[in-house]
Amino acid sequence: MLNVKKILSVLAVLAFLISGCGKGRTAITLAGSTAFQPFAEKLADEYMTTHNEVSITVQGGGSAVGIQSANSGAAQIGMADLVILPEEAKSLTATIVAKDGIAVVINPQNKVSDLTTDQVRDIFNGKITNWKEVGGADAPITVVSREAGSGTRSSFEQIITNVNLKKDALIQDSNGTIRETVANDANSIGYLSHGLINEKIKPVKIDGVESTEEAIIAGNYKLVRPIYLLVKGEMTGEVKNFIDYILSDEGQKTIKSNGLIPAK
Amino acid sequence: MKLISEKGVKRILGTVAFSAISVLFLIALFILNEGLPFIFKYGVKEFLFSSDWQPQQNKFGIFPMITASLWVTFGAMLIGAPLGVAGAFFLSEYVPKTIMKIIKPTIELLAAIPSVVYGFIGVMVLAPIIRENFGGPGLSLMAASIILGIMILPTVISISIDSILAVPQSYREGSLALGATTWQTIYMVTVKASKSGIIASIILGLGRAIGETMAVIMVAGNSVNIPHSALDSVRTLTANIALEMSYATGLHRQALFATGVILFIVIIILNSFASVAIRKRTRKK
Repeated sequence: MLNVKKILSVLAVLAFLISGCGKGRTAITLAGSTAFQPFAEKLADEYMTTHNEVSITVQGGGSAVGIQSANSGAAQIGMADLVILPEEAKSLTATIVAKDGIAVVINPQNKVSDLTTDQVRDIFNGKITNWKEVGGADAPITVVSREAGSGTRSSFEQIITNVNLKKDALIQDSNGTIRETVANDANSIGYLSHGLINEKIKPVKIDGVESTEEAIIAGNYKLVRPIYLLVKGEMTGEVKNFIDYILSDEGQKTIKSNGLIPAK
Repeated sequence: MKLISEKGVKRILGTVAFSAISVLFLIALFILNEGLPFIFKYGVKEFLFSSDWQPQQNKFGIFPMITASLWVTFGAMLIGAPLGVAGAFFLSEYVPKTIMKIIKPTIELLAAIPSVVYGFIGVMVLAPIIRENFGGPGLSLMAASIILGIMILPTVISISIDSILAVPQSYREGSLALGATTWQTIYMVTVKASKSGIIASIILGLGRAIGETMAVIMVAGNSVNIPHSALDSVRTLTANIALEMSYATGLHRQALFATGVILFIVIIILNSFASVAIRKRTRKK
């Protein structure tokens, strides 16, 4: 059976090639929050230029995946952006590495500029359905929210409290698509990570406070969530070095220059 | 020189062919294994007919998604089927063969456009038009139906053309010789002779419409909501799985697999209808 021998030898060569990969460097995997993912990638790149003995991979998946994979060991570091960490995360060592404001955004054509927490809650619950009820034009409100399980959504709902999202709210599956939807629809309202505000959308003041970096650091702006890095057990070795680097002045500077709020 | 024996070739081809089938079985087994226990544990009736989908509170009713999937597919049929079948008849009966040989591959190119691109056009062009002219959020049942209706055109047109061309030329000649016009020949002779193929093309288009995910997520708005009008935002079964899979754990994840089971069953039923219709056609020849 010549053909079987051939196939076996090809398989053997393949197995040999695969096993040869990735030796000699300590591998660290980060997984979780898509809000922190781009920052983690940037930090990892910078860290690896000076520490070529480690190789860092960053994966997304969402905060739930971050907690899950830190627990299961699939990733050495889990990333989560939740106001309250769930039960499963209690056994993990959590470090706050940055803070992220959540901006409530509307279309720039909308003249409303200030909402109270109660008004935001009523709009998302479907109690207020027309912009004229909050001082705007006579037009129906299109509510845009995130999918169930999103870290941004659960943080938003935990801070606003008692949110029971109305059934016909549009659901978008990322910060970016929320921004596009709100930019395209003059009557819409949504929320997204503070770092992603641009000229196509307009953040509103919440209870009179603007979502600026200063207000977030000073603790005046209400909608702020911490970003956690989660490690199973004690932080040791290269994992600890990398997290220490993120918390160092240099790491925090990278976080700040890319739109997030430093932890301290 | 004989490197591989005849038997060897047969074995290799057999293994390769079998691997394709076994992948299908493995997928089916995996989905059923992950989804079915949940359906029975949660209750078939509760799962299929409750309209409460709140994964955080362990409420999993997919009735809104089932209705949405059916409505979106129905809407896509309403747009894609008449356009596609009419186009197929025009191309095969009214237009010279040489021109058809240029137009048909061009229409088939529509199938090569990635679905994200369709979704993108839906979000950027179609949704604003609907919002400004009809009201509502724009991202809606109507937008999804129109986009899907266009996406299924190549399937409907090319399979319809094939079955129309399979009608023996002598049928048409007989009809024309009796004094019938081209249109009379089409609806009295050709439609009847190619009916099963045309139905198969529509059912295959239906299967594509119900399974499409990316474009639908982008244009349908995704609210878990039983639609009251074509302007309401809806979430289909496929969108439900794709939107929440990355976050889902535990029961929620099983519920999404169970959604997949339902979708799988619907598509298998549709495809078996199509293959019965196609088999009828080939038997006739």
